[in-house]
Amino acid sequence: MTDSVQKSILATALRLSGVVVAMFVFAVYIMPPMYDLFCEITGLNGKTGGQYQATDAKVDESRWVTVQFLATNNENMPWSFKPALTSIKVHPGEEVEVRYLAVNPTSANMVGQAVPSVVPFKAADYFHKTECFCFNQQILPAGQQAELPLRFIVDLDLPQQITTITLSYTLFDVTERTTTNLVSSL
Amino acid sequence: MAHGPAKGISRWLFTTNHKDIGTMYLWFSFAMFLMGGVFALVIRAELFEPGLQIVQPEFFNQMTTMHGLVMVFGAVMPAFVGLANWMVPMMIGAPDMALPRMNNWSFWILPFAFAMLASTLLMEGGAPNFGWTFYAPLSTTYAPPSVTFFIFAVHIMGASSIMGSINIIATILNMRAPGMTFMKMPLFVWTWLITAYLLIAVMPVLAGVVTMMLMDIHFGTSFFDAAGGGDPVLFQHVFWFFGHPEVYIMILPAFGVVSQIIPTFARKPLFGYASMVYATSSIAFLSFIVWAHHMFTVGMPVAGELFFMYATMLIAVPTGVKVFNWVTTMFKGSMTFETPMLFSLAFVVLFTIGGFSGLMLAIAPADFQYHDTYFVVAHFHYVLVPGAIFSITAAVYYWLPKWCGRMYDETMGKTHFWLAFLGLNLTFFPMHFVGLAGMPRRIPDYALQFADFNMIASVGAFLFGAAQILFLYNVIATIKKGKPATDEVWENPEGLEWTVASPAPYHTFTTPPQVK
Repeated sequence: MTDSVQKSILATALRLSGVVVAMFVFAVYIMPPMYDLFCEITGLNGKTGGQYQATDAKVDESRWVTVQFLATNNENMPWSFKPALTSIKVHPGEEVEVRYLAVNPTSANMVGQAVPSVVPFKAADYFHKTECFCFNQQILPAGQQAELPLRFIVDLDLPQQITTITLSYTLFDVTERTTTNLVSSL
Repeated sequence: MAHGPAKGISRWLFTTNHKDIGTMYLWFSFAMFLMGGVFALVIRAELFEPGLQIVQPEFFNQMTTMHGLVMVFGAVMPAFVGLANWMVPMMIGAPDMALPRMNNWSFWILPFAFAMLASTLLMEGGAPNFGWTFYAPLSTTYAPPSVTFFIFAVHIMGASSIMGSINIIATILNMRAPGMTFMKMPLFVWTWLITAYLLIAVMPVLAGVVTMMLMDIHFGTSFFDAAGGGDPVLFQHVFWFFGHPEVYIMILPAFGVVSQIIPTFARKPLFGYASMVYATSSIAFLSFIVWAHHMFTVGMPVAGELFFMYATMLIAVPTGVKVFNWVTTMFKGSMTFETPMLFSLAFVVLFTIGGFSGLMLAIAPADFQYHDTYFVVAHFHYVLVPGAIFSITAAVYYWLPKWCGRMYDETMGKTHFWLAFLGLNLTFFPMHFVGLAGMPRRIPDYALQFADFNMIASVGAFLFGAAQILFLYNVIATIKKGKPATDEVWENPEGLEWTVASPAPYHTFTTPPQVK
């Protein structure tokens, strides 16, 4: 084999190794944020946005929207977790506060994390939370209970055909994944 | 360059010869094929009758998982790499692969990867039990402890495939004989070139997805864990972004093999060579934009379902071009039906059946009914067994006389074919029916109305398994005491590999041939 062939083989191999590294980086560092961004734009999977700053928008009193509240415990989560109200009628633009109730019946201090989801998916972009217990992990000492507040505004631009929005929270036990000193400091 | 092979075991351990490495790949993949086959027979034995007779559900799940992993990564992929090692340099008139030492390494890490994967069967908590698609959170939150070994094994397999592909591309791009332009390359070389590019693009994605699993399991990240803000559906997207090109990685070289064999036994040049090249490239391109057809039921917007449905159906066009070309090659040819041709003909017919059931599955609204049923199992076994396995078998019968200089026993070869053909159809055809009637996949027990078809399928599976033992015997008998083969072996076959002596000398084309 001549030197020039040897050289071009090496160049090919190096170029291809570059593609390999790039594809790995693409899979681990680019695909997940891209997916999150895509879900945020399309409202796919009912993922809702973060904290919303309320503006002095007017309230559309001619229109009623029913908001339903659901609570689900993920697998072995032992807390009692339910909404104080199962449904409420609101005007778009109006800021409303509701509460969820959580009880830790166990004899251990625990940490919970609620993950929200909205159906229909199309409504996810129009459901704004100005305050939500889901923004933070909830620490609940053994045997204690807590009222978890949620303030939200249904956007004025909510498509006309949507009359009911269902907000669902799934509560996860994240005691183990949180640092132990956080729990023991209670 | 005149020296021959070294003596003893060091020949195999330290070899950089493409023929030796090709041989080792082929034997290794056959061993894995038998191991994966035994796992499949455990599954079929349990499903012979309704109820639990032989294994517990936990072990049954390990069998479906290990069967899939071993067959995909251990049997089919290394077998095609073995064929590429043997044939690509000989077909393009090169003396060896471009990076011979890396070639040795990419083979020798494979036995370690599969030893590690197989060892999980003996571990506490058992082997991986989450299906070969290892969806999170089944493979993260709920996985047995052995999942870490599975992840490491997948990393090694991926490294091996990537190195093999770099080698194949570097060989094809840089070492073609003078006059061997791209559009004169045999189709097997073309299909492997495209496959190697697919591998380089998606094996790192597979490595990425198992790395994310590893981080979720051991390092507290939440890529796929909703409690920490992740999303299990992300796993499916990343996995199938790898997984769909992966299924074409397992079928494109098969297209190449069949495109070599059919012209020889039809005694006509391949019809539509250029369209074959373009069709293969289009299939490779489309494979990157159809992945979500595996996940129609996860909850996608209608626009997404429609896009992935139509893009998937579009693949039928280049595939149809290929089937048309194979049939037209045979049209008015002077056909004879030696064993490689029989396997290739069965490939064309049965792969087309598998393609049609694929089209049925591509219809998004209908897929909600078919999803995760035995219909899916029937579909992908119809494309993989008569597709990948039959074409590998055809390739072995076709080139074995060139490799070892001896002719195989034609009667035994034909017996092997008919047993395998019958066994395969008995096994997988009834699965269409039970699947449409609603039998879910990956279950150790089933409702009584599926009993008859399952019994037939199990009988067929054992028949298919027995046929492979005959294959093994035939190959060994050929190597040991087959009649000497001529240099051409077949009647006027096309290609540089037939211009060298049989058996192919240890070093071929040390001076490059002139291609007209």
